[in-house]
This record gives sequence, C-alpha cells and structure tokens, in this order.
Amino acid sequence: MTPSIVLLPIVPAVVAALLATVGWRPTTMWLPAISCLTISGLGIVVAAHVVDNGPVTAVEGQFRADAVSALMIILIGAVGTVTSAYSVAHLRTELTTGTTTPQRARLFGALMQLTIAAMCVVVISDNLGVLWVAIETTTIATVLLVGHRRDRTSVEASWKYLVLGSVGVATALMGTVLVYFVSRHSSGDASTALNWTSLVERAPHLDPGALRVAMGFVIVGYGTKAGLAPLHSWLPDAYSQAPAPAAALMAGVLSTMSMYALLRFKVIADIALGPHYVRTMLLIAAVMSLLTAASLMVTQRDYKRLLAYSSVEHMGLIALAAAIGSPLAMSAALLHMIGNGLAKSVAFSTTGEMLFATGTTRIDGIRGLLHRRPFIAATFGVSLLALLGLPPFSILASEIAIVRAGVDDGLAWALAIALVVMLVIFVAVLVHALNMLAGSGDESTDAPGPAAHVTSLTARIPLVGGLIVAAAIGVTIWPISRLLDAAAEVLAR
Amino acid sequence: MTTTRFVQLLDLAAGLVLVTSFAVLWLRRLVTVTWVIAVQGMALAAVALVIGVYEHETELALIALMVFALRGLVLPGLILRAVRAGDEHREVESLINVPAALLAASGLTLVAYATTRDVVALSSTPQVRALPLGIAVMLIGMLLIVTRRKAVLQIMGVLMVDNGIALVMFLGTSGVPLAVELGIASDVLLAMFILQVLTARIRTKFGGTDLDQLRELRD
Repeated sequence: MTPSIVLLPIVPAVVAALLATVGWRPTTMWLPAISCLTISGLGIVVAAHVVDNGPVTAVEGQFRADAVSALMIILIGAVGTVTSAYSVAHLRTELTTGTTTPQRARLFGALMQLTIAAMCVVVISDNLGVLWVAIETTTIATVLLVGHRRDRTSVEASWKYLVLGSVGVATALMGTVLVYFVSRHSSGDASTALNWTSLVERAPHLDPGALRVAMGFVIVGYGTKAGLAPLHSWLPDAYSQAPAPAAALMAGVLSTMSMYALLRFKVIADIALGPHYVRTMLLIAAVMSLLTAASLMVTQRDYKRLLAYSSVEHMGLIALAAAIGSPLAMSAALLHMIGNGLAKSVAFSTTGEMLFATGTTRIDGIRGLLHRRPFIAATFGVSLLALLGLPPFSILASEIAIVRAGVDDGLAWALAIALVVMLVIFVAVLVHALNMLAGSGDESTDAPGPAAHVTSLTARIPLVGGLIVAAAIGVTIWPISRLLDAAAEVLAR
Repeated sequence: MTTTRFVQLLDLAAGLVLVTSFAVLWLRRLVTVTWVIAVQGMALAAVALVIGVYEHETELALIALMVFALRGLVLPGLILRAVRAGDEHREVESLINVPAALLAASGLTLVAYATTRDVVALSSTPQVRALPLGIAVMLIGMLLIVTRRKAVLQIMGVLMVDNGIALVMFLGTSGVPLAVELGIASDVLLAMFILQVLTARIRTKFGGTDLDQLRELRD
C-alpha cells in the first residue's frame, strides 16, 4: 500500500489549529509531541516504501517523496518530538514563574506546529514555487516565536531576523521565478515547468547563461536563510533570543530546510551548468562560515550564541560536503544534518533549563554547574561533545566521510582550513564548557534567578531520549544506511 | 490592442515602477514616500493588466486586480498607519546623502541590465526586454534597507524588493501558477503585517522607531 504523504503537513496543521482555538491546556499540551511522533512514524513508513519501490507521489505529482524527502521527514519528526515534548515542561515553568501568559503559550504552541507543518510541505513539494511559499511561511511563524518574550532584545532580534530573512528568501524567490522563466523557454509542458522532477529531466536543454543568473539568486537567497556566512548576521541574534524549544527547532531542523532546497536546485544546476558553478559558490560560503564561526566562538561570552555559531560551523561543513558533491560526500552531508539536528536540538533545549536554573545566559555567569545541577550539566556537556564530533555520536562518522570524500576530490586546501577550524572550535568549546561545568559551585556567585527551579521528569525524558537516538545512529548506522545511500544517489552528480 | 500601443503602455507602466523607486530615495516626507509606494503598486498592477489584455489572459487580469488591491491599497495603507502612529513625518536619517543614493541606484540599474543579458537574450518580446527593471527595483529596495535607519523605511524596502520580483514575474512569464501566486501574496501580506506589529513594539520598547537604537545584541 502506498503511504499517504499528504497527511504529513495535515497532522501538525490540525494540531496547530486546535491549539490556537482551545489554548495550551493539560488536555492539549501533549498533542504536538504526538503529532511529531506520528510524522516520524509516517516518515519511516515512507522511507521503507521509497527504498524498495521508488518515489511516492500525491495530488497529480505536485507532492512527491523520494529517499531525500523521507530522510528529511524523519529528521523533522525526531527534532520536532524532542522540542515539542520539551516545550511542555518549558512552558509549564514559564507559566508558573509568570514569565509568559496563557495567551502567549497558546500562540507559541500553535506557531511551533505551524512551522513543523510548513517544513513537511517543504520536503514533499515537487513544485519549487510551493517549496518557496512553505519556507517563507516558516520564516513568518518563527519571527513571532523569536519575539515570544517581547522585551527589547527579542524585539530587536525578531526585527533583524524578519528583515534580513525576508530579503534573503525574496532573493531565492527571484531565483525561482527566473528558473521558471528559463524552464518555460525550453521544450516541455508549461504546467510542470517549475516542478523539480521535470526540471531535472529538461536540465540538459536549459539555457546555461540565463540559468547561471537564476542559480546565483537561489544560492544567495537560500544560503542566507540556512545561516551561511557572509549573510548569517541574523542567526546568532535570533537563536539566542528565541525561547529554548523554538531555538532548538530552528537550529535543529529549520536551517536544514533551506540547505535541502539548495541541494535540490544544485542537482538541476550540476546537470545544466556542469559542477563548477555551484561548487565554487558553496566553497566560498563554506570556508567563510567556518572561519566566522571559529573566530566568534573563541571569544564568545553567551552560551546560546556559542551554540548559534556552532550552527554556522555545521552549516558550513554541510555546504563543504555539498561542494564536493560525490555520493560519499552527499551521504555525509545528509548524515551530518541528522547528527547536527539531534544534538543541536538537545543542546538548545537544555539552555532553557540552564536559564531557569541560573537566570543568566552568560558563560561567565555560571560556575560549577556539574556540582549543583548534575543533570543539566551532563546533558549540556554530552550534547556539546556530540557537536564536537566525539564518539559515539554520528557527527564523527560524517566528518570523517567528508574528509575522505574531499581528499578523493583533490580539495585538500579546503579540508585543511576545515580541520584547523574544527580544532580551534574544539578547544574553544571545551574551555567554555569546563568554565561553566567544573568548579565547586558557590551559589552566591549566581545572578539572581528562579533558584528553586527543578528540572522535571517531563523535561528530562525528551533531552535524554534525543541523546540516546543520536548515539544510537552513531553506533550503528545500518537502520538508515540503505536510505542514506538511496538519498545520496538522488543528490550526487 | 495594437502591438505599438501595447509596447508603449507596457514601457510606461514598467518604467513608472522603476521611477517610483528612485523617488523613494529622493523624497524626504514619509507620508509622500508612502504615496509613492502606493503608486508603484498600482503601476505594477497596470503592467499585469496590460499584458493580460494584450495576451487575452483573463487569469492575469484578475491577478492585476489582486495586485492593485494588495500592493496599491492595503499594504501602503498599513505603512501609512505606521507612519501616522509615529508622529515623525520627516525622515532625515540616512547613512548616505540623496545624490549618493541616486547615483548608487543608477549603478544598481546598470548592474541589473548587465547581469541579466543572458536572460533577456532568451526572448525578443517587449516584456522580456523590460525584465531587468524588476531586478533593478529589487536591488534599490535592498539599498533602501541597508542605508535607512527608520523602521517604516525598511518595511518599504522589503515591499519594494517584493514589487521587483512581482514585476519580473509578470514580464518574464506572465505570472507564475495561480496557487504559487496566491501563496506568495498571502506571505507578503503576513510579513508586512508582522513588520508593522514589530514597529509598534519597537516604539513602545525603545520610544521611537530609529533603528540605530537596536544595538543591544552583539558579540
């Protein structure tokens, strides 16, 4: 039986509508997690089907899921489950301490589900125009999530995010419109001129000169939204001001959506223009992102911004893998998206508990966390180690694969930069983490905060669960290895 | 409609879209600038209408109506409300002066023509010949965002970027499929609405909408 992919966006959309009308109540607050678990389950069903029988289509081919989509659906479901389940405890604390109101909690829950619904549309729409509309929808929804606290800094962050985000995404739309224009001037049916499958088929006949202009806009636009340097300046502000579960969703999977869009366009461009055009642009963005991330992580004073720049680093690594473009590199890029998504969502969610426990987001405001808050400290520490690429987590495997693929491809100089950057970041994060976690933990040095905060079991389960899944994928890759291979085959040139 | 008349009307309307974007850089009174943005939206609707009538495409004529309502009336109306709420009708703050801004905009127009040579070469219709104008309007919108420090002017910049894309859409392909068109329109409307909400929040939190105050977040 063919699985129904149309259900994917409908489930979270219905939950979003329900939360918006009924509100954030004990009866409704677990629905987001259930909806995300459903998405993961459907994703696994789709994956099993796709690996054996090829892509699934729906609504006259407007929606289509291949191996890449299936992998992304599972990622959306997994990160969504962690962040939605953690939201329950997070919003409960915010409501009891009076930092948020029931109205804002209702809006928060609905917007998180709306973002997830839009991301599901991103990965299953074959029409690149619909894909754009869905990505812009995620921008609009997450701007309101970033502004959730409504104080000066969160207003500042949401303004910068919406202005730079809209201009970035608008640039991608200009590129998409130009791709449509170029596609209409080739042979083929006009009604499918903006469909990815049809564009891949007609790619050899597309005018290279005009397509080059279009792809330039697309790469700059979606690159901005993915958080690639030099147009990443909105990212640390937005991630540091968003409430922890929202930041976890944005860093864990939302930026990956723009990267996914880039990879889809890259397939068309590689056929029509040869590999060098997109490769050069991605290499520049990758190297700049890595250097920016390293230089700003060394001197970083805010732990949420530290994680934000870690996102810039990992997006840079994914862009580097995409620039290499071989099947090995593409499966490394996809595995890196999963590893980063799971570890980053746990790390950002934990910052919520850290903020509740210590009342500060400054690195030098926290001492001896391991002694005072062993659970929070351990979760944060382990997720940082995962992000740094230590075993048993999958980021190690994907980084080794990127290096191997790069050496095969003769990109030694870019790999040398990447390795040096990763070493610098490794030391910098370790020093920052030791400063925060180690020490005797004299309570009197704390900034005033809700000191009585206890991390509840509801908060612990999603955090630990996320780390266990991340470690499991690192230890044994076989459950997803066939899917990874199939997905890499779709994307590699 | 004869072909000569069509070319004349099309060039007039598309040219007006570009001229209004220069006027936004040049004019100083915020209320006047808002009217200019409204004229730009109406000129854009005229482009769609002219093409729709000439090519006998009813769908495009309907889209022209939608563009007129949205970009000519509703969105400028939203901006006008933000301007009126601010009591700051004069805009003086800019990182570069007017002659420099106009010069930069002229340069961007040249860039738009230079980069799209290969695109224009694909077809010889009068619509496609005018297509670089849309890219120019988008780039001038970005210039406005980068050089102006007032919240409403950045909103207008975002709207100009979108108007430029819409112009390319109408000129290049007589619009994109209707479903995509509706999606784009509702996203633009929502983004504008939220920008206006944020402007109000900036005003209550910072006591004005001068964006130079927004500098608490830094590394």
